[in-house]
Amino acid sequence: MKRYAPFVIVALVALLSLAGGAMLYHAKRLPLPDTPKEGSLREGTEGGHIRGPANAPLTLEEFGDYECPPCGSLSAPLNQLEHDYRPRLRMIFRNFPLVMHPHARDAACAAEAAGLQGKFWEMHDLLYKEQSAWSRATDPRVLFSGYAGTLGLDVARFEKDRDGDQVKGRIAADEKRANALGVKTTPSIFINDKPVPSASFRPSALRATVDAAIKPVITP
Amino acid sequence: MNSRRSASIAKTANGSFSRGSVAFHSIAAVISLIGLADAIYLSVQALTGETLVCGGSPDCFRVLGSSYARVGGIPIALFGALAYFTVFSFAIFAAFGYNRARTLFSLTVGLMFAVTLWLLGVQAFILHAFCRFCLLSAAIIFLLAGLVVARPRPS
Repeated sequence: MKRYAPFVIVALVALLSLAGGAMLYHAKRLPLPDTPKEGSLREGTEGGHIRGPANAPLTLEEFGDYECPPCGSLSAPLNQLEHDYRPRLRMIFRNFPLVMHPHARDAACAAEAAGLQGKFWEMHDLLYKEQSAWSRATDPRVLFSGYAGTLGLDVARFEKDRDGDQVKGRIAADEKRANALGVKTTPSIFINDKPVPSASFRPSALRATVDAAIKPVITP
Repeated sequence: MNSRRSASIAKTANGSFSRGSVAFHSIAAVISLIGLADAIYLSVQALTGETLVCGGSPDCFRVLGSSYARVGGIPIALFGALAYFTVFSFAIFAAFGYNRARTLFSLTVGLMFAVTLWLLGVQAFILHAFCRFCLLSAAIIFLLAGLVVARPRPS
C-alpha cells in the first residue's frame, strides 16, 4: 500500500488543483455574459458601440460615464438583459463623461482605444468591474494600460490611440448625440428613442420596462 | 523490477537521516502547495482577464499586465503552477524514499530560484513595480531554496 501512496497523493493533488482552478475560473467568469465579437456588431452608421443583432426590434441606448457609480451598478444587469432578450434586443453604449468625475474622460478614451483593437466591450466591462480601484487611483491611466495588457491588446498602440484624434472624435460624436437628446446626467437610457425614467433603473424595473416595450413591437 | 525500485529508494542504517528526510520533504511539499495555490490564483486571474488590486496601488497591473507576464501568449503564472506541482511531486516521492526524486527536487527548486531572481529583477529594474502575489511566490521559492541548502545530508 505504501508503495502506491506517493502516486495516490500526487494524483489527488493534481485532481484537486485542476478542480479548484476550474471552479475558480468558472466563478470569475460567471458574472460576465458572453461578449460577442465587435466586428459582427459594428454595423450601420449610427455610431456608438452596438451589442446585439442590427435588426433587433428593440434598441436600448445608454449614455454612460465609467466613473459614475450607478452606471457601474447598472452595467451587469444591462449585460444580463441583453443576453436574456437576445436576439430581440440590441444595446448601444455612448460615452457621456461628466465633468465632475476627474478620470471619466480618460476611462472613455481607454474604452474607445480598446475598441480600435476590437475589444471595446471587454474594456467597457472591465472598467465598470474595476471602477472602485481605478477611480481612487492618482494616475488611473497606468491602470488602464495594465487592463489593456490583461486583455491582450497591443499596449503601445493602445497608449498612442487613447490620446489620438480618432478616439476624441468618437467621444465628441457621442456627446453631440447626448446633447441633441437632452441628456444631462448618467446613466441615461432610451428604449427605441424614448427616455426611460431613472426610477426604472433597478434591474427588475428595467426588465419590466423592456417587457412592456417589446410586446407591441413583436405582436402583429 | 523490485531490484530497480530498491536501488532508487534510500535505505539508511540508523534511520535518523530517513526520518529527517521524510520531515524535510514533507515540509517542502506543504510549502510548495502554498506556492501552487498562489500560482493557480494568478493563472485564473490572467485567463479570465480579471485584474488584481494591490491595496489600490497600480503595481499589480503594471506587473501582471506587462509583456513579461506572458511567454508565447501563455500566462507565466501557469508555468509557475506547473513548476510548483512538479516540486510538490518530487518532494512527495522523496519523502517516500525515492533517491532520484531528491535530486530532481533540488534541481527544480534551483531552476525556479534562478527564474525568480530574473523576475524580481524585471520588477525592480524594468517595471519599477512589485506585485504582492508575485512577491509571495518569490518568498516561497526562497524558503524552498533555503531548505534545499539546509537539508540533512546522508552520513
